[in-house]
Amino acid sequence: MDNHIMNDQTDYGTPAKTSDKQVTLNIDGQQVTVPAGTSIMRAAMAAGVSVPKLCATDSLEPFGSCRLCLVEIEGRKGYPASCTTLVDDGLKVHTQTSKLADIRRGVMELYISDHPLDCLTCAANGDCELQDMAGAVGLREVRYGYDGDNHLKAEKDESNPYFTFDPSKCIVCSRCVRACEETQGTFALTIQGRGFESKVASGTENFLDSECVSCGACVQACPTATLMEKSVIDHGVPEHSVTTTCAYCGVGCSFNAEMKGEQVIRMVPNKNGGANHGHSCVKGRFAWGYATHSDRMTKPMIRKSIKDPWQEVSWEEAISYAASELTRIKEKYGKESIGAITSSRCTNEEVYVVQKLVRAVWGTNNVDTCARVCHSPTGYGLKQTLGESAGTQTFDSVMQSDVIMVIGANPTDGHPVFASQMKRRLRQGAKLIIADPRAIDLVSSPHIKADYHLKLRPGTNVALISAMAHVIVTEGLADEAFVKERCEWDSYVAWRDFVSKPENSPEALEEELSIPAAQLRAAARLYATGGNAAIYYGLGVTEHSQGSTMVMGIANLAMATANIGREGVGVNPLRGQNNVQGSCDMGSMPHEYPGYRHVSDVEARAQFESAWGRPLSDDPGLRIPNMLDMASEGTFKGLYCNGEDIAQSDPDTQHVTHALESMECVIVQDLFLNETAKFAHIFFPGASFLEKSGTFTNAERRISPVRRVMTPKNGYEDWEVTAMLSAAMGYPMEYKHASDIMDEIARLTPTFKGVSFKKLDELGSIQWPCNDEHPQGTPVMHVDEFVRGKGKFFLTQYVPTDERVTKKYPLIMTTGRILSQYNVGAQTRRTQNVAWHKEDLIEIHPHDAEERGIKQGDWVGIASRAGDTVLRALLSERVQPGVVYTTFHHPESGANVITTDNSDWATNCPEFKVTAVQVTRVNQLSEWQKQYQEFSDEQIAFANTQQDEIRIG
Amino acid sequence: MSTERLVTMANQIGDFFQANPDSAEAKKEIAGHLKKFWALSMRKQLVAHIECNQAQGAGLNPIVGEAIKENVTSLTM
Ligand code: SF4
Ligand code: SF4
Ligand code: SF4
Ligand code: FES
Repeated sequence: MDNHIMNDQTDYGTPAKTSDKQVTLNIDGQQVTVPAGTSIMRAAMAAGVSVPKLCATDSLEPFGSCRLCLVEIEGRKGYPASCTTLVDDGLKVHTQTSKLADIRRGVMELYISDHPLDCLTCAANGDCELQDMAGAVGLREVRYGYDGDNHLKAEKDESNPYFTFDPSKCIVCSRCVRACEETQGTFALTIQGRGFESKVASGTENFLDSECVSCGACVQACPTATLMEKSVIDHGVPEHSVTTTCAYCGVGCSFNAEMKGEQVIRMVPNKNGGANHGHSCVKGRFAWGYATHSDRMTKPMIRKSIKDPWQEVSWEEAISYAASELTRIKEKYGKESIGAITSSRCTNEEVYVVQKLVRAVWGTNNVDTCARVCHSPTGYGLKQTLGESAGTQTFDSVMQSDVIMVIGANPTDGHPVFASQMKRRLRQGAKLIIADPRAIDLVSSPHIKADYHLKLRPGTNVALISAMAHVIVTEGLADEAFVKERCEWDSYVAWRDFVSKPENSPEALEEELSIPAAQLRAAARLYATGGNAAIYYGLGVTEHSQGSTMVMGIANLAMATANIGREGVGVNPLRGQNNVQGSCDMGSMPHEYPGYRHVSDVEARAQFESAWGRPLSDDPGLRIPNMLDMASEGTFKGLYCNGEDIAQSDPDTQHVTHALESMECVIVQDLFLNETAKFAHIFFPGASFLEKSGTFTNAERRISPVRRVMTPKNGYEDWEVTAMLSAAMGYPMEYKHASDIMDEIARLTPTFKGVSFKKLDELGSIQWPCNDEHPQGTPVMHVDEFVRGKGKFFLTQYVPTDERVTKKYPLIMTTGRILSQYNVGAQTRRTQNVAWHKEDLIEIHPHDAEERGIKQGDWVGIASRAGDTVLRALLSERVQPGVVYTTFHHPESGANVITTDNSDWATNCPEFKVTAVQVTRVNQLSEWQKQYQEFSDEQIAFANTQQDEIRIG
Repeated sequence: MSTERLVTMANQIGDFFQANPDSAEAKKEIAGHLKKFWALSMRKQLVAHIECNQAQGAGLNPIVGEAIKENVTSLTM
């Protein structure tokens, strides 16, 4: 594969600059023209001249400390540092003179005299800039010897599970400190002391106990072996590299998988990655070890009943058994009795073939996706108002924002790499409004303080957005000229009249929201008048009974203030999993085909019928909760669950597991024997993202390539398994490679018309729509016109949720995620990320805790009308009195045993964010947890017996 | 599916659209939403709940009941 464009990782020394003015100068006899503001060092690189350097790297602003990059400029005195000196018209620069060579050798000599000379056995041998520079300046002898003071005995810090800090090799160039500040925005490191005493310090004893979030930016920036990946220390430097995409979150970071044969040595963020520009978080950078974890299931298994041990079988047998079971059920109970669930963790190509199997082969539209439980309201709400079920901007657009409003999202934990970019913009002075019941990190972190933190009561989002709209409309802050030109005027007038009603004023809603009216008014004014204003939102918006209403309310606000259709503004859903956007784009919802065309759309249906050669149903199929309800009642009998773990991720666990137990055939395809697989009859082992080809689409509609770097341990890429099942059911799918599937998607989906693997190789990534009009893709949407033509306003009547606090359940529980773990944790729990999060905790305000006699670390029982579970208490003022908060990364926590069947009115997205609970001190696990443990142990034994036999045999 | 659950879900849909001051329009939107997003079996069950002499659509908000009655044909095909 031609990968060279993506793999240009040349270090230009200082960051690229943009300017209207171009400057021409002469470097070592070469004419070069660069934008004004560029450093001489970077201009030299552009001219093909590399200047020796140590403290400079192009991901960081230059610092000018090492004095290795000195140059001579005709007509100027002295030897300026080329990294901090800017270009000027007509300069004549010399980078190699005998004087410069002397100075550089002298500098290097000093560095090396305090550096261990164990290059041959050093882990960075061949990948060390100090070593390279010693060669580049022609250093041949070191006159100072090691007798004087030196740092060679300084102790290593190996506390971080993924990288080592070996201060004896540190040259105090401060690249790590600057990376932590500029790239990551955590400010965990400092240079302590002066002169010889100066050293890098993390503020605490060691890295693990410090503020460090293990993003790896410092490791990446370090020119020596001081900060070094443990995997490189253990296995040596990699020999080849393949560009691929992180399989964790919706940021969709591009990485170079650096390999030795088929072994991943390290994942290095790709400088040319459109979403991450060379940055990463702990998950994508380090937490990929799950792919080769010993828990991986690699052989297909079947069994008659979930009370039986598993039986390992060949792929042929597993596939033909699955096909015969599905056919039997279909014939006995009808085609509406079976369905499939696709996953946002799978590639676009995989999702596409699953929905094709369901629609074309099974003849039903019973296919749904896990986006049902996260962002389905985004799809609905944005389609209704703007005309397209997707975010409007690129991530980079945030760099043009003057006001950033974050609603119900926790970017530093959920979307860390984007959060770093957002923090960069905030440090430059953009204003920040946060609407969240809980004090997320962004509310106050180094050099960032929210201008307004609107601490609304969970469940009152719609009241908030209507109150903000009330202020904007009644204070004359709406941009009616924009609305007249771009939106349906009648819908605006109806909305304006509605939000102007006194009952929507901040004063009238003050008590309901528990936000001071004056604060809300000030925030609304800032959003409407502060310049480019962008809204970023997450599951705290969607996972409510009025999730869809809130999404529409957000779009209303953006349209009314003209904050849409250009850089710096917009409506931006932060997607949870890596391919939430893509899985929705690929037609995995029961009512629509790829490209969001309704199944009743005659033209679209005809197109798919002719391409697929089968008649298709024009009736919407069942959603996940419908399937589960019907399974419990005995009318839904067979499920193909592809890469999803509904027994852990979906609400009201006991209802879900009862539904699973009631089905006659549950097929699970996954890397691990996940919670759902414990209720399955057929298990297809899946392939990890390192073992397959395909594409993921991130939160900014960016389609990025996933490239196979190792042979699938299970034998097949996941789409191949689906295709085999289809063939066994009489419908062969003739694809030879994932790229053939993308070609079919492009043929049948107008917004994907111009997408192909070849173009992805050329461009690196593509933001859809990509068509004849926009052959390179579309970074910002709705520029001159909304996708639906005119934008439409919707009335957003606040309807309080049924889930209200009562005497019996006086607290509101809300849920969220943390940085080091991912979703149900099946992957991250199988990596050393557990160093940061061993168990799910329940955060409770000290007042509420005291009232109940609960102390830090106590076991507490949490009960709702759906069920109860036990977690350890974490006393915290991040939550308000009356609210408790937990995460759901560990199955034994049973957070979803407590969540209820309440859901969004339009999409049935569960109301994860609001559950009325009571919390009490207890001294043992809940009944559910005990039963869970027993059941889970039994199921694992059922799978292990099989493997042991194999091992013996 | 339990009729009770269908009734709750249909009422939630009604709650959103009844904000529309034009009730004829609101009813059309309610029925349209059911047609567009609910499986046929669920729509039929809800219609049966309304047409059943005993139940007579018990539990449904009036506007939702009317919306369904006025659109029985389209909802059941
Ligand atoms: S890993 Fe990231 S957060 Fe930790 S010290 Fe390095 S740059 Fe800072
Ligand atoms: S740890 Fe590396 S990056 Fe940091 S100061 Fe030392 S040599 Fe430079
Ligand atoms: S988890 Fe998200 S932010 Fe972290 S590296 Fe992967 S895509 Fe990037
Ligand atoms: S690279 Fe310019 S001073 Fe270090």
